[in-house]
Amino acid sequence: MDTIIKKSATPDVLLTSKRQALFRWESLLILIIVLVCVMNSYLSPYFLDPWNLSDATFNFTEKALIALPMAMLIIAKEIDISVAAIISLSSTLMGLVAQMGAPVYVVACVGILVGAGCGLFNGALVTGFKIPSIVVTIGTMSLFRGISYVLLGDQVVRDYPAGFEFFGQGYVYWVFSFELVLFVFFGLVFYWLLHRTKFGRYTYAIGNNPTASYYSGIKVNKHRLILFTLVGVMSGIASVLLTSRLGSTRPSIATGWELSIITMVVLGGVSILGGSGTIGGVVLAVILMGLVTFGMGLLNIPGIVMTIIVGVMLITVVSLPILITLYKNKSKKAKAL
Amino acid sequence: MLKRFIYSREGILSMIVLAMFLAVGTISPNFISVSNSISIFNDTSILIMLALGQMLVILTRCIDLSVAANVAFTGMVVAMVNQYFPTLNMFVLMLLALGIGAFLGAINGLFVWLLKVPSIVITLGTMSIYRGATFLLSDGAWVNSHQMSEAFIGLPRYEILSIPVLAWMAIITIILAFWAMKFSVWGRNFYSAGGNPMAAFYSGVNVGKVQFYAFLVSGTLAGLCGYLWVSRFAVAYVDVANGFELQVIAACVIGGVSIVGGLGTVVGCVIGALFIGVVNNALPIIGVSPFWQMAISGVVIIIAVVANASSDKDKARIILRKPEEPVGSASSQSH
Repeated sequence: MDTIIKKSATPDVLLTSKRQALFRWESLLILIIVLVCVMNSYLSPYFLDPWNLSDATFNFTEKALIALPMAMLIIAKEIDISVAAIISLSSTLMGLVAQMGAPVYVVACVGILVGAGCGLFNGALVTGFKIPSIVVTIGTMSLFRGISYVLLGDQVVRDYPAGFEFFGQGYVYWVFSFELVLFVFFGLVFYWLLHRTKFGRYTYAIGNNPTASYYSGIKVNKHRLILFTLVGVMSGIASVLLTSRLGSTRPSIATGWELSIITMVVLGGVSILGGSGTIGGVVLAVILMGLVTFGMGLLNIPGIVMTIIVGVMLITVVSLPILITLYKNKSKKAKAL
Repeated sequence: MLKRFIYSREGILSMIVLAMFLAVGTISPNFISVSNSISIFNDTSILIMLALGQMLVILTRCIDLSVAANVAFTGMVVAMVNQYFPTLNMFVLMLLALGIGAFLGAINGLFVWLLKVPSIVITLGTMSIYRGATFLLSDGAWVNSHQMSEAFIGLPRYEILSIPVLAWMAIITIILAFWAMKFSVWGRNFYSAGGNPMAAFYSGVNVGKVQFYAFLVSGTLAGLCGYLWVSRFAVAYVDVANGFELQVIAACVIGGVSIVGGLGTVVGCVIGALFIGVVNNALPIIGVSPFWQMAISGVVIIIAVVANASSDKDKARIILRKPEEPVGSASSQSH
């Protein structure tokens, strides 16, 4: 069994044409990235400075860390909208623990554990009661952030232990920040998990046909539970990084992040209907969004205008392939006639 | 017991709302006075109207995340028009609000209808586009009450039979929606398109078009609410109604509208919205910090969906098959 899976380890979809399309998708992303780089360095002389680029990575590494497991979750036909709320709750509890004088590693562990707990809770509701994940996570989104508001109110927690700032502000070597290194590490881990293990193949199988997967002996519910927990854990880690980078916690931390994370995933070529997508695509999309945001920042374009551009990008990217297929089908029909 | 619960969801829900209402009344008798009841309903009017629009969208197996951004954009346009042309007739302004809202809703609907793009992606995108457009339009500036004409602010507050116009609008919307969803073919089509798209298709219902109508109605109501919101709070700014789309969806979910489509009633939806309205109004009276509001609505949503799920187990099985969209919808979305 194992050898068969290894032999057919080429990821994604079974049809060759689709695989080629996916390949083209990722090369399209690379092309756009190169274009954006050229344009940015032409428009601003500060763009190609290594320190500047390194600073730019801080804008997206935290979101990107969540986008990786989110991609797997969406491939498995589920979604988690509560990720930003998990960040908030986990940051709040870290803040409270820090206020009690806990050392650095305890604070970080609390953050990750809270994330894992929240993810498990989502997963348990989805699998236990067979509720669509979008409703469950809309509910838990209110719940998690609501608990943060109950615990903190309008307070801000600032007293984190010395050394805690390393996670979000420290550098491992030269311009490579801890966040960036962590992102590269997890990028590889999730690449391995999705494209090189049985677990990853099952994820595609469940996304393409949950019922068939169930009858083929895949423990669908357990698999979903693990995926939700993974998203929770990564949200917890992102929360540690973000809290450490900002050095403070408010209940409103990371508002609206769920949307940019889902945008990253969809932009990376993951089908929102489940069943297809790659980690490589998501990583490229993350880099693309980071570069665009950074470039526009250098040009003094306000953040909210960037959200317009991201919105337009999302819609274009999703509709374009559909438009092309529609057009092709039409011309085929015309030829047949 | 379970069966009775299934068959009278609205009944149970309204009893819960009523019980909550009376329980708060025992603490503070003023709460259940007629004038306060009217004011609670008035407070909830916008939520009710938006939830009814959202219900149509959810019935057809879609979701509209852009309603709150639509409210903000339309509200800003109307407020700015009023600021620069204070003498403009309110009737024209209302038509403008309805038109802009309908246009924004139609954009969502067209993508869903003609391109079969999943609605969650489209409305996620338009949500940030509409909100960003609000910023571009206003340049981040606020339109404050002193820049609005008296008629602009006064209209929703004008009382007919001691009920404000805002509440009347909600009442009219409810009656229209109730009639349409119960007695018109147009309204019944939302149920058939969402309940079983394949069967609807073979019975001659254009599922995509029905989805388009749902977005159109949701957008139109959002446009109207854009004016009402800005006028009621007498201020227009970029972050108006930020995150309100989730409360709207929550109202639907609490009211028993099933997110898998085809299930839900106007009455349930209204009671779901009133539930949120009563909780929001009751919290300060029973001395609970308003910071609890979000957590409570989270718990309520979760309880509501769990209750829904255990009452329709069969529906849950259909979800698994849902993405094999019938009606020749583009299976090409996957790449």
